[in-house]
Amino acid sequence: MKHETPLLDQLESGPWPSFVSDLKQQAEKRAKNEEGIDFQIPQDVVEDLLGVLELSFKDGETHWKHGGIVGVFGYGGGVIGRYCDQPEQFPGVAHFHTMRVNHPGGKFYTTKYLRELCELWDLRGSGLTNMHGSTGDIIFLGTTTPQLEEIFYEMTHKHNQDLGGSGSNLRTPSDCIGQARCEWACYDTQAICYDFTQEYQDELHRPAFPYKFKFKFDGCPNCCVASIARSDLSFIGTWRDDIKMDQEAVQAYIGGEIPPNGGSHSGRDWGPFDINKEVINLCPTQCMWMEDGKLMIDNKECTRCMHCINVMPRALRIGDDRGVTIMAGAKAPILDGAQMGSLIVPFMRAEPPYTEIKEKVIEPIWDWWMEEGKNRERLGELMKRQGLQRLLEVCGFDPDPRMVQEPRSNPYIFWKEDEVEGGWERDVDKFREKHQR
Amino acid sequence: MHPLHIFSEVLQMALDYEESKTKLIEGLKKKSKSKTKFYFNDLAKILEAKPREAKKVVNRMIIDGHLEYWSSGSTSMYGIPGMGKQAAAEHED
Repeated sequence: MKHETPLLDQLESGPWPSFVSDLKQQAEKRAKNEEGIDFQIPQDVVEDLLGVLELSFKDGETHWKHGGIVGVFGYGGGVIGRYCDQPEQFPGVAHFHTMRVNHPGGKFYTTKYLRELCELWDLRGSGLTNMHGSTGDIIFLGTTTPQLEEIFYEMTHKHNQDLGGSGSNLRTPSDCIGQARCEWACYDTQAICYDFTQEYQDELHRPAFPYKFKFKFDGCPNCCVASIARSDLSFIGTWRDDIKMDQEAVQAYIGGEIPPNGGSHSGRDWGPFDINKEVINLCPTQCMWMEDGKLMIDNKECTRCMHCINVMPRALRIGDDRGVTIMAGAKAPILDGAQMGSLIVPFMRAEPPYTEIKEKVIEPIWDWWMEEGKNRERLGELMKRQGLQRLLEVCGFDPDPRMVQEPRSNPYIFWKEDEVEGGWERDVDKFREKHQR
Repeated sequence: MHPLHIFSEVLQMALDYEESKTKLIEGLKKKSKSKTKFYFNDLAKILEAKPREAKKVVNRMIIDGHLEYWSSGSTSMYGIPGMGKQAAAEHED
C-alpha cells in the first residue's frame, strides 16, 4: 500500500466485517488491474482514500471540503462535490465527487444491470459504491469533474438510468418491493413510485425547495421502507373493510400443522404455538378473541398493526377495499430532532393516474412549504411552527379524530368564527335570563 | 387561440425573462459583498415572485449560464458563475 495506515488497520481487528478490508481489497484490485481497464481517474484513488482517512484519524479532523459547484448540465442535484484539502499529499482524491443513481423501484435489479453499472464505475470512477444510501440511491463514491458528464451520458444513453436527487430537491422516491413479491401490499408501490418519479422530474433535478423532500411508499403498515419515520410524505397501504379469515387455517396454526410467522423463527424449538399468547393477547387494541373455537375480530377497533397477519399469514389476509394512508412531516434527527409522520389523509385510493393524491395533497403542500418554509426547514418543522391546522387548511381537509396523535396534546384544532353556528356574538340579555352575573 | 396570439404571449414571456434576469443579477451583485451563494428563497424575494414563477426564470438562467448551482449535498444554493472563493478553487484547469 502507498500509505502506512496503522489506525485504520486496527479497525479490521473487531468482530465485524470492516470497510477498511473492503477498501484494501479494491486498492489491490486496481493496482493489479487484471482486467486491463483503461482507468479514467487515478489508479491509486483508493490508496489515497485510505491515506487521507488515516490522516483524519491522526489529526482528529476532516480533510474533505464539503460541497461544490460541480454537476451535470441542467441538473442541480445528483452530484455532490467532494474535494480533499491535501491534494499534493493525496492527488488520487483531489476530486472525489459522489454521484447518486436513481435506484430501480423496490431495488429490483438483475445481476446484469449491476455488472453494467459497476463496469462503468470501474472505468470512470473509483469502483467504490454504496449499496444503498439512506434514501435508497445507488451511490457512486469518488470520481473527478471531467468524468461527470461522461458517466451521465453513458448512464442515460446506454443503461437507461437517471441520476437521483440531492440538495434542496425532491429526493429519489423510494418504495418497498410491493405487489411484485408481497401479498400484503395494498397498492402497487412500484407503479406509484415510478409515476411520481416521472411526473416530478423538475422537482427531482432542479432545486427550488427550502430543503430536501422525500416520498416513500410502503405497501402495508409493516412499513418495510420505514416511510412513517423518514419521509416528508409517507404513503402506507391500508384497507377499509374486514381482515379476511380462513377459520380452517386458524385451526391448522393452532394444531401446529402450519408454522407461525411463515416459519421464520424455526431456528430453535419455541414449543407449541399458543394463539392466545402469541396473537390474541398481543393485539394492541384487544379486538380479537376465540368464540366456540373460532377466531373473532372486532374490525372497527383494528388499527392495522399487522401483527396477527404477520403471525398467521395463511389464516388472515388484508381486506379488499384498499388504498393508502398519507402521513406528513417525518424526518431523521437533524435540526429539530427526529419526528414521526402525522396523519393527514386516513384513506385515499392509490390508482393511476393518482390525480387526487397529486392535486389534493402533494401540490398544495409544496406550494405552502415553498412560500412559507424557512431556508433549511423541513415540512415537519413548518408543520410544528404553523400547526397541523394550517396544513389541513392548505389541503382543504377537515380535521378528523384519527389525526390526533395523543389526546389533549396534539393537535389543537381551534374553531373559527365562520365555522360555528351564530359566530362569536351572542344575545347577552337572553343569556342573563338563565344565568346570573 | 390564433397562433399569432400564442407567439405574442411567448414574446411577452421573453420580455419578462429579460427584465427578471437583469433584476436578479443586479440584486445579487448588490448583495455580493457580504455573500456569493444564495438560497432559492432569496432569489424569489429579489424577483418579487411566487416560488413557482421564480423557478421558471431561475431554471432558464441556469441553462443560459447566468446562474450556477452550488450544493453541499443536503442544501442547494445559487450563485453568479465565477463569484466567490470556491469558484476559483473549483474551476478546473
